[in-house]
Amino acid sequence: MTGHHLAQLNIGTARGTPDSGEMAGFMAGIVPVNALADTAAGFVWRLQDGDGPGATALRPCGPDVMVNMSVWEDLESLRNFVYRNGPHLDFMRRRRSWFHPMAVPYLVLWWIPAGHVPGLDEALSRLDLLRRDGPGPQAFTFRDPFPAQPRAAGLHVPGPLPGPAPGRPNRARRPGSVNDEAEQR
Amino acid sequence: MSEISVIAVLDDPVRRSLYDYVSARGDGVSRTEAAVATGVGRTLAAFHLDRLAEAGLVEVTFARPPGRSGPGAGRPAKLYRRAAAEHQVSVPPRDYRAAAELLADVLDLTGAEPELQRAARSRGAAAGRAARRRDPGLPGDDLVTGALAAQGYQPYREGADVRLRNCPFHLLAARHPPLICGMNLALVEGLLAGAAVTGLTARLDPRPEECCVVVAASKTNAD
Repeated sequence: MTGHHLAQLNIGTARGTPDSGEMAGFMAGIVPVNALADTAAGFVWRLQDGDGPGATALRPCGPDVMVNMSVWEDLESLRNFVYRNGPHLDFMRRRRSWFHPMAVPYLVLWWIPAGHVPGLDEALSRLDLLRRDGPGPQAFTFRDPFPAQPRAAGLHVPGPLPGPAPGRPNRARRPGSVNDEAEQR
Repeated sequence: MSEISVIAVLDDPVRRSLYDYVSARGDGVSRTEAAVATGVGRTLAAFHLDRLAEAGLVEVTFARPPGRSGPGAGRPAKLYRRAAAEHQVSVPPRDYRAAAELLADVLDLTGAEPELQRAARSRGAAAGRAARRRDPGLPGDDLVTGALAAQGYQPYREGADVRLRNCPFHLLAARHPPLICGMNLALVEGLLAGAAVTGLTARLDPRPEECCVVVAASKTNAD
């Protein structure tokens, strides 16, 4: 994995505004959970902005949709933090009380050259790709991961992808209607 | 080896008790330890442990006992530990795993986790009440440990806490961690409440290859 880092984007439609009672538990937890991420093994970077804790004030997908983006040394580091860190797992356990369920993928993973800081446009285009084509080397999920491929087209050209790489096999999934997290294996 | 042949390897009382002992220990177990714990001779224990290893039910590693190394330390001991592979046999054929995966997929999609947690809490409470009725006078710790053992969690003490060696829903938990770990937590919380046990609190504290729930001694221990 040398030379590559793993980027993740995760979005959620909030059940209330950041100052609402519905979101109080989430807003109270985000700072300590982010602090855990910052010191977790393999953590590289996470998206932040000036107006709220973490990236909670950014709204690139609509007024109710919160985003969360980070970079990790490899898939195992991210998996260890997300699923094997007690406080974070407990935070995830409670996510339904803060965010509406989504019938399409809301988390995407992709490889970036080490040192590259992914932008939101890049991240959202990877999520679009995942939603359209299902998991592949350029946009995948925990349940259906792909290894970093140094020679894969597009990998060293960070930025919004215009569309599927030429000649890529059509994965024959119903576009946008399938939750990949629910479909794997 | 077919699933049913693997299961059939356990159809011997000595072998079964050796498997239960190794399985509940977690770390590597030597032949001598296993023999002493199950009350059989070392040679007999070695024979059965090696049958379990051939069937893939336990894994073999070699290690010197702690504190012994370098020349003169002797041969490394053969150690046995539970294998990760799962085996299931159903007669007639039933496939609850596939059904469980489908149901979990749909719960993830629809976000019905609060309802799942509520149902799990009430199921745990029923188990806790039943355990309390069976043994009204038992101390809370023992009651909880017994009830968790009966549900396959393989509880063990670690200081004042009760850790759970086995996740009864392991494959599902690996596939849907927040969903299944949240369900597990609610089951154990319900069990504690149903058994009317005070001084113990369940919380998530995942460890590799164990259940993600720990039953920890509360700060104000009323037991």
